[in-house]
Amino acid sequence: MAVRIVFLGPLREAAGTDSLEVSAPLDWDGLLAVAGSVVAEQLRSARVHVACAGEVLADKTALRAEDGDEVALLPPVSGG
Amino acid sequence: MATKWRCSHRSAVARLTLESPADVRLLDKGLSAGEALAAFNAMHDQAGGIASFLGKVRPGEDVKALELTHYEPLTLPGMEKLAGQALDRFALDGVLVWHRVGTMQPGEGIVLVAAAARHRRAAFDAVDYLMDHLKSAAWFWKRERRGDGANGAWHWIEPRGDDHAALARWQ
Repeated sequence: MAVRIVFLGPLREAAGTDSLEVSAPLDWDGLLAVAGSVVAEQLRSARVHVACAGEVLADKTALRAEDGDEVALLPPVSGG
Repeated sequence: MATKWRCSHRSAVARLTLESPADVRLLDKGLSAGEALAAFNAMHDQAGGIASFLGKVRPGEDVKALELTHYEPLTLPGMEKLAGQALDRFALDGVLVWHRVGTMQPGEGIVLVAAAARHRRAAFDAVDYLMDHLKSAAWFWKRERRGDGANGAWHWIEPRGDDHAALARWQ
């Protein structure tokens, strides 16, 4: 088992992939390290949210993803 | 044999059934406003009125296609929560919130919202409220394809300032 990181919207292009599997557990520093420099820079922006196991984190720096969790990187929405 | 064929065909086009009081859907193809509103109207036979809004891919600006992506674990639950808030906030019999995902052409429907109420003001307000929230707070990412053939390119759509201003009206 691992943690799956899902890139959404424009972050998918920035990452060059839809998703990435990394070993658990995964915290904020670990996420920045594996996300690649372009995505990591955007992640530090307040406009990008992070969801873990289907919940948007109020404080993304408190990320603590366990085995089997999906971590979604959510850029600003463009509206329906 | 011919009779059996007709019977099975008839059952395949069985009448659309909606969830009450909120029918919330993500659709990966064709959004039929007529069919949806007919079913919604039939379901809310005690309503004094139904207001609806159909958002479409705006033709022009060299736009050839629009692609909408979403994130399954958040997008539909978020829309369901929003529909619940509209039911709590306005005096409604029911709401319908349908949203397309995938690739669409100019002129195609993207979103259909409808509200049934005893009195018109609640129905109009609920549709306005639902659209303002969908436009600025729902988990969708949108990009447009502009230009022809090899000269064509995808452009991500940034959130618009006036969408956020529209949302602030309800706070």
